Amino acid sequence: MTTPLIEVVHLRKAFGRHRVLKGIDMSIEAGSSVVMFGPNGAGKTTFLRILSTLSKPTSGTVRVSGVDIKNNPEGIRQYLGLVSHAPLLYDDLTAYENLRFYARLYDLDAPHDRIRELLERVGLWHRRHDLVRTFSRGMVQRMAIARALLHNPPILLLDEPDTGLDPQAAEMMTDLLREIGGSERTIIMTTHHLERGLELADRVVMLVGGLIVFDAPASDIAYDQLRPLYDQYVGEGAVT
Amino acid sequence: MKRYLSVVWAVLWKDLRIELRSKDIFTSMAVFAVLAVMIFNFAFELRVPDKTVVIPGVLWVTITFSGVLGLGRAFISEKDRGSIAGLLLAPVDRSAIYFGKMLASLIFILVVEAFLLPLMVIFFNTNFISLPLILLLFLGTLGFAAVGTIFSGLAVNTRTREILLPVLLFPVMLPVLMAGIRATIGFMEGDALADMMKWFNLIIFFDILYIVVAYLTFDYVVEE
Amino acid sequence: MSLSRRLLQILNFVALIAMLIALYMALIQAPDAINVDPSIRPAQRIIYFHVPSAWSSMLAFFVAFVASILYLVTKHVRWDIWARSAAELGIAFTVAAIISGSLWAKPAWNTYWTWDPRLTTYTIVLLLYIAYFMLRGAIDEPSRRARLAAVYGIFAFLSVPLTFMSIRWWNTIHPVIVDAPENTSKFGLSPNMLTAFMVTNAAFVILFVTLLANRISLGWAEERMDALKERLNF
Repeated sequence: MTTPLIEVVHLRKAFGRHRVLKGIDMSIEAGSSVVMFGPNGAGKTTFLRILSTLSKPTSGTVRVSGVDIKNNPEGIRQYLGLVSHAPLLYDDLTAYENLRFYARLYDLDAPHDRIRELLERVGLWHRRHDLVRTFSRGMVQRMAIARALLHNPPILLLDEPDTGLDPQAAEMMTDLLREIGGSERTIIMTTHHLERGLELADRVVMLVGGLIVFDAPASDIAYDQLRPLYDQYVGEGAVT
Repeated sequence: MKRYLSVVWAVLWKDLRIELRSKDIFTSMAVFAVLAVMIFNFAFELRVPDKTVVIPGVLWVTITFSGVLGLGRAFISEKDRGSIAGLLLAPVDRSAIYFGKMLASLIFILVVEAFLLPLMVIFFNTNFISLPLILLLFLGTLGFAAVGTIFSGLAVNTRTREILLPVLLFPVMLPVLMAGIRATIGFMEGDALADMMKWFNLIIFFDILYIVVAYLTFDYVVEE
Repeated sequence: MSLSRRLLQILNFVALIAMLIALYMALIQAPDAINVDPSIRPAQRIIYFHVPSAWSSMLAFFVAFVASILYLVTKHVRWDIWARSAAELGIAFTVAAIISGSLWAKPAWNTYWTWDPRLTTYTIVLLLYIAYFMLRGAIDEPSRRARLAAVYGIFAFLSVPLTFMSIRWWNTIHPVIVDAPENTSKFGLSPNMLTAFMVTNAAFVILFVTLLANRISLGWAEERMDALKERLNF
């Protein structure tokens, strides 16, 4: 058996006395797509923030390719892309300038070609010289994905990338994610949209009150079974 | 090291680019500086025999007060738009972000000073500008930006934010302010440069000490 | 009764004895200062209160500084309790030093306030640590509060010697109204007075350690109380 790409062992996180994660154990194989469901406040965002080194665990360890992330956070960040609630873009910079800025942060070698490739892929190359503040929510979110993929990270973390998008934009996002997922990239995603999540993932995890309450391959779950399952594990009406 | 400098440059370039476009920070600092000099001018007009004696105090106090306006913005936009996370994801030691932000604040304040100095020469009708004074201003501003940037990162994490920044910053900045005013008086009275050295040394020591401490502690300011 | 509780009580008792001895030394054992004007000889005895207060406050801020560094290194809540307890006591001793200094200044120099380097530095130090507690008060989440306060605690303490140097150099250039008031702590202390001076200083250090131990134990009680409130959703 090979070592999993990401290993999470007894992960706990507390803010003061408020315990958000109460002991998460999980291992994720390279190339898999994991979707996490759970009510607000279940700890999904905190979990992704810890994986992305933005937040430090109170106890427990996270290993990426066998390396504890607290020993080499700078090194690990090179392999991570994050799409969070906030787009992490600057309104007063153009689309191109935003990506140019991130290309410098990651010290990319041929930034112009890479930026062009990504902006074309998310369909924004023609808007490259417009300020991000003039973009619609859907366009901003596509920009955010381009930004997260700029340094071609093998691991992509997506924290509710579809929140606040109209159905059409969300559909576009889903297509985009399916396209970039490929077979090599490992994706961990949270969403409130059960059907969309199931469609994109090959593994379904449910997080409630800082603990994993459900974990199964997506192929084991029939499309119309998911909502009853969710209600059973998470509680009725917890999700729209 | 190349990557580290690349991040410092990226953050600095980004802040300058945004400021060149919006001019929010510079405009508010410059308007405040003009107002402060005018108010000081009126305040001292009748009671002080020679207005030029108040120039050192007016200069340093105006720089400090308008500087804190700009420093307050250093992290607020990043925090409110959540973009600070994008910076923190950069695969380098986080002190690189501190240095980028610090250099941007330093440049903002220096630009305001470049605008303030000729203005004061006109308002007070005295040419008090000299090369050593410019060096002194640069060194003092460096320390101010060094401490101000990290305190701006502290203040942005609190409920009171901008109100808190001057309360945190001014008592720590006092040595620089005292040394700056005292040495400026010396220049205007034509004291020997050798007599001024201890003030220069004090500011240089302050700059080095706090840049090192900020380098060591910035990671704790931005972690969660 | 637990061991730590018992030790605390012994410490309290020792501090009481030490302070009684200090009072005796300062008011009865120490002779009058013959080199000051007879009318202010009683006031001169304030030195046995003023100087130990000032020293204790610096000791307190130093403890807060070290505890702040230890907090950042270990992230253990103990060092946050130490830091805030010591800083609080530092403020109390600073206020005592400033007030007693003013009380001495009035009869000696006919003013409550002089821009003497030490007095001015202590006032700035007071502002620094008021800012420290304002920072703490403006952050709700305990671990963030502890972390950011520790960073400020380090910056604040390091600025104290710089502030002192800058004010002292400032004043030596301009003539001061009152000549070298910082000499009050040294001038003509006879051997008898020196003994009293040393004993009162030692007593204040014991007092500081005792208050710190009590404040830290109170800090732990606060932590437990917060935990209980949390559990009861209070």
